[in-house]
Amino acid sequence: MTSPVVELRGVGVRLGDTPVLRDLDLVVAAGEAIGLHGANGSGKSTLLRVLATLLAPSAGNGTVLGADLAEPDRFAVRPRIGLVGHQPSLYPELTLHENTAFVARVRGDDPERVAEVLDQVGLGRARHRRADHCSHGMQRRAEFARVLLTAPDLLLLDEAHAGLDPAAADLVALLAKQAQARGGAAVLVSHDPARVRGLVDRAYDLDGGKLWAAAA
Amino acid sequence: MTGFWRQALAVAGRDLVGEIRSGEVLLVTAPFGGVALLLIPMAIGTDRPLLARIGPGMYWVVVLLFGILVALRRSAAESPSQRDQLGLLGIDPAARFTGQGLANTALLGLYAGVLAPVAVALYDPDLAGWWWMALVLPLTVAGVALLATVAGRLVAALDSGPALVPLLVAPLAVPLLLGATQALEGLRLGESILGWLLLLAAVDLALAVAGVLGARPLEEAAR
Repeated sequence: MTSPVVELRGVGVRLGDTPVLRDLDLVVAAGEAIGLHGANGSGKSTLLRVLATLLAPSAGNGTVLGADLAEPDRFAVRPRIGLVGHQPSLYPELTLHENTAFVARVRGDDPERVAEVLDQVGLGRARHRRADHCSHGMQRRAEFARVLLTAPDLLLLDEAHAGLDPAAADLVALLAKQAQARGGAAVLVSHDPARVRGLVDRAYDLDGGKLWAAAA
Repeated sequence: MTGFWRQALAVAGRDLVGEIRSGEVLLVTAPFGGVALLLIPMAIGTDRPLLARIGPGMYWVVVLLFGILVALRRSAAESPSQRDQLGLLGIDPAARFTGQGLANTALLGLYAGVLAPVAVALYDPDLAGWWWMALVLPLTVAGVALLATVAGRLVAALDSGPALVPLLVAPLAVPLLLGATQALEGLRLGESILGWLLLLAAVDLALAVAGVLGARPLEEAAR
């Protein structure tokens, strides 16, 4: 039996004095995609940062891609995790091509792949445009290009469909399916459960710092 | 090329391209540095021997203060989401520190190089042994750049904002300022400056080691 991609047991997170996540359990098996919904401030982005190993839980324990969230071995699995947050992470003075090429260079990936993935997300003709001269949707597509390049085993999309046109929304489905096909998993966060319903195996509501199975 | 240096050079390239496009150092800060060098003679008057005597010290003070501001701004320019992505790319924090330090050194070298002829024109200092600047300038500039890079990381990790910077930077900047000014004074007096060069090199080395060793804990603390 393969070990789960994500396994959280009694995880709690406090940011300052505020408890954001409380006694939270979650298991995501290989090949699964789950949806996460919740109101603003319910802790969805915090949970994604825990899953990305960027934020250590204040209580409880867990593993992501086999790495203990409280141990330094979590650093080693980070390159296998893809996170697209709702805040853009592109470098504004660099072009879309330079932003993606930076990722390839840091990872030691084939630089030929940069143009290829930008074409795949529909940015082939805009690749030499500076990131700060691009719309939010274009920047989001460029972040998807980074995911295509890095082919993560755990894909985390925050507000997966925010600001996307229908064609770009299809990219969300493509990225999730690719992660599942690799034997990984995908976690899609959305305000709008209807938009991710067809993409996920299960969905949860995050309320009061805890996960609740979403109504079908 | 090893993964460490490939990552460090990628970070340095990213920062330098960003600076070339924004023009912050040459178009914004360098003119301010020139104005600062100009204001001091206006305040002191036309005492040429005095100006020639204090010129090198004033030059290094301006390079240090404005240089730290420039390098610190670039070091602390990454947003939380950019820092998260760098972590997820698997970039070695020590390589990131090295890359930022290299880029800051290159930028401050350019900045100090632009200001040097301005200082010579305004203060008319004794230029005896000026070729030693080929050693004094890179050693001082590297120290200032590394100091600002370390300070930038500390500020991000301590979540204290830039208010803490002067407290962090001032004590560590003293040996750099002392080494640079006394090296030029030694040249003017025809004395050996080996001790001052060694002091600058030792400070550079200490800052580089501290930055590399502290890179991972500071990066995690900044999340």
